[in-house]
Amino acid sequence: MRLLSTKATCNSHGQDSSYFLGWQEYEKNPYDEVLNPKGIIQMGLAENQLSFDLLESWLAKNPDVAGFKSDGKSIFRELALFQDYHGLPSFKKALVDFMAEIRDNKVTFDPKHIVLTAGATSANETLMFCLAEKGEAFLLPTPYYPGFDRDLKWRTGVEIVPIQCTSSNNFQITEPALQQAYQEAEKRNLRVKGVLVTNPSNPLGTTVSRSELNLLIDFIKDKEMHLISDEIYSGTVYNSPGFVSVMEILKERNDLNDCGAQVWDRVHVVYSLSKDLGLPGFRVGAIYSENDVVVAAATKMSSFGLVSSQTQYLLSAMLGDKKFTKNYISENQKRLKRRQRMLVSGLQKAGISCLKTNNAGLFCWLRWSFGRRYSTEVRLNISPGSSCHCTEPGWFRMCFANMSEDTLNLAMKRLKAFVEESNDNRCSGFEDGAGSGLGWVSTSTFPPFSLTLTPEKNQTSTPIKERKTLQSQGGFRQVSTGPGDCHVRYASGSSVTPVAVKTLLSLRYPTWRPPDPFYN
Amino acid sequence: MNMLSRKASQGCHGQDSSYFLGWQEYDKNPYHPIQNSTGIIQMGLAENQLSFDLLKSWLRRNPDIVGLKNDGVSVFRELALFQDYHGLPALKNELVDFMAKIRGNGIKFAPEKLVLAAGATPANEILMFCLADPGEAFILPTPYYPGFDRDLKWRTGVEIVPMHCSSSNGFRITSCALEQAYQQAQKLHLNVKGVLITNPSNPLGITMTKTELNDLVDFAIDKNIHIISDEIYSGTVFNSPRFISIMEVVNERISVNNTTSIWNRIHIVYSLSKDLGVPGFRVGMIYSNNETVVAAATKMSSFGLVSSQTQYLVANLLKDKKFTFKYMEETHRRLKRRKEMLVSGLRNAGIRCLKSNAGLFCWVDMRHLLSSATFEAEKELWKRILCQVGLNISPGSSCHCCEPGWFRVCFANMSEDTLKVAMRRMKAFTDSNISAVNDGNKRVHC
Repeated sequence: MRLLSTKATCNSHGQDSSYFLGWQEYEKNPYDEVLNPKGIIQMGLAENQLSFDLLESWLAKNPDVAGFKSDGKSIFRELALFQDYHGLPSFKKALVDFMAEIRDNKVTFDPKHIVLTAGATSANETLMFCLAEKGEAFLLPTPYYPGFDRDLKWRTGVEIVPIQCTSSNNFQITEPALQQAYQEAEKRNLRVKGVLVTNPSNPLGTTVSRSELNLLIDFIKDKEMHLISDEIYSGTVYNSPGFVSVMEILKERNDLNDCGAQVWDRVHVVYSLSKDLGLPGFRVGAIYSENDVVVAAATKMSSFGLVSSQTQYLLSAMLGDKKFTKNYISENQKRLKRRQRMLVSGLQKAGISCLKTNNAGLFCWLRWSFGRRYSTEVRLNISPGSSCHCTEPGWFRMCFANMSEDTLNLAMKRLKAFVEESNDNRCSGFEDGAGSGLGWVSTSTFPPFSLTLTPEKNQTSTPIKERKTLQSQGGFRQVSTGPGDCHVRYASGSSVTPVAVKTLLSLRYPTWRPPDPFYN
Repeated sequence: MNMLSRKASQGCHGQDSSYFLGWQEYDKNPYHPIQNSTGIIQMGLAENQLSFDLLKSWLRRNPDIVGLKNDGVSVFRELALFQDYHGLPALKNELVDFMAKIRGNGIKFAPEKLVLAAGATPANEILMFCLADPGEAFILPTPYYPGFDRDLKWRTGVEIVPMHCSSSNGFRITSCALEQAYQQAQKLHLNVKGVLITNPSNPLGITMTKTELNDLVDFAIDKNIHIISDEIYSGTVFNSPRFISIMEVVNERISVNNTTSIWNRIHIVYSLSKDLGVPGFRVGMIYSNNETVVAAATKMSSFGLVSSQTQYLVANLLKDKKFTFKYMEETHRRLKRRKEMLVSGLRNAGIRCLKSNAGLFCWVDMRHLLSSATFEAEKELWKRILCQVGLNISPGSSCHCCEPGWFRVCFANMSEDTLKVAMRRMKAFTDSNISAVNDGNKRVHC
């Protein structure tokens, strides 16, 4: 008999993807301005570190709140005992007001319909438990936040079917893509219970357009399914066209008598203070739904991840200070806008362009053609699109709000220097991970780099099946093989040339032929 | 097509039991010494409200901690960003020390085997997710905490097989009863993955004996299953015999027999909700010797992490060893006193309690007040006590007790005066009850 559960021993918690591997490289060699100026700069972490001073100054002006006092009187006892899963009423009120303010008060929320959870992670999983059985599915537009593979699927048994979005239209959701995803699910015998979108999008850093939102509502109406809108980044929109929540669209359509009461019952919003307020450590998330049964069930399920009453109280006071929130929202957006501008212009100087519709979030979505060299040579950690299930190779997410201005400037300098040098060495790039690109990269200088030699698709030569260590033969190691693939890593300081590699490989695998660009 | 999941639309979250219904009645008509002196007194809530003065005075002496400062320097930023599911190292170090102290420093705990979660509620659910697949089962001795029906079963699909304990031997666990429960599970075609005990017990308020623990370990070795020991009340032991943790018993075995595989199947759940009386702060944890369990549980804790603001507060509170020592000593003294008040008050009303040495409640024998030895009669009696006497106590049936007539009565969640009022009411009830006990036709409505 198996000692542990399937869930404990499987790998579907999604934590072996390249997203986390790049992170590991960073952990081994993290940048520090003083202690490790040559280290890897973390640009893979979607944190908002730009506005802490505003929060700290509020705390300094309101010391009583953190001290469990209300009007000079200690309420420690009441808070220590408060574990009601309906949440602190004053906090729920302050939170829904804050959410409304972020939406320019175009929508209002009823505190009775909000469920507090320990972060959006908990909120999303709870919604899966409420809306789907094990083995049912949700459609998600790609690219999407890698964490969803764990949050939505692991303990719930729910499946994710991707809605493929492409750069041809800036990764917007289209009707054919929705239909295709639905059919794909049918082919796999999966009953689709709904669509989950992140708006603004992670990793794209764009707001979902009105037409896309209308399209989604039409789609869920037609298929009688749910729509979850993860609006965790709603407060980080710094550029036009501005944030439009799915609730706003529903309200418009309701006013126009375009949608029945039933659709209201099937649209749910997830929110959190982790991105807008930069407080991921405080674990404050929420589910908002007009569906009473969902609210009732989710409320009981929130027992498995309640928000600390100490934190609820602190934030009820902070978010209840309307003067503060108004100023915070606009100032935070200003700073994000400035930072993004810095990043975009730095990228431009390096000849790298990012998605031009980028108007929100804490990151840019860009094309990068130098593979793992971002980590090994430029010494930046960025997130490969493959870990976000992007179907097009070569896209990466680069964060800009989790470091100081100086560090960002340094990152841009490194980038520029690298690209210039690479152009001098006349390399052609290759795509990391998901790509099956032809081409290779080499320099005759340190540090170690990877060479992917992938034969053309129509090649019928014997695929390289075995994994062999070539270390003794020229100072390089074969890292991994798959049918037809050979990843070869060159040791630091070796004087290996591409010709030597080709010679060696031809000797070992006589039937294998390198692709033409190899000779470049 | 079913719009929502079965979990969401059915009542399978165990929340329609009398445990929760009594709560609702109390909410409608709560006792207040001045404003509502005839209201219902809440005695169904296992909270420790006896020592807040000690915590508050600590907070007054340490304003920097709540102000999120360390030696005058703000740590707000670091805490705001800290969402590492490995938990604040300072907190874990303090927690293992605290846990060791509660166990008389006879065991040493390692911080890397500790996983933090937002309360014992998620801790227990996480262990179910890690140790059992849907449809598999855990054996639980009855009576047990009603919340387990939700916490262990609802979203996990795990089944509970009750192991019935009776008053004939003081509700102690026996090898015979364990074996019987196992056989029952086989009959139901349920694969048993382990036994979950609460030690000290809720609702009994007693610590398990070494004999019981050894019998349990023998059983787990024989059947090759896990033991989860929910030790949430370990810090509320106010009388002898001293608290003996499962870990102590297993450690002894290993040093004698070198049987290591059971080592990997022992897991402890703990929380600060009862000992420190801070259920609102959501501080729970799993301690396990099993690396795979620790690794999986750590990742699962993402779904219910402890607020970093709270982690910082608690780490500093526990770091003050002088304070925690005094706190535990004083709390035990106060709990003992309160329990004795309840026991003597009930005795005065002709009601006996199971002899207890821990917890925030007594397990009270009201079998002699039943009109018949049935659960219907128990429910009737419960309603009368709720509506006529005005006390919300928990009927044994809600804890799956196999004998009708037992009730759990809490003593640490109200003031001394309120407890006295409750005891007076109880006496008045039993005095009048002597004449009215056969009046079974009387219908009671709240």
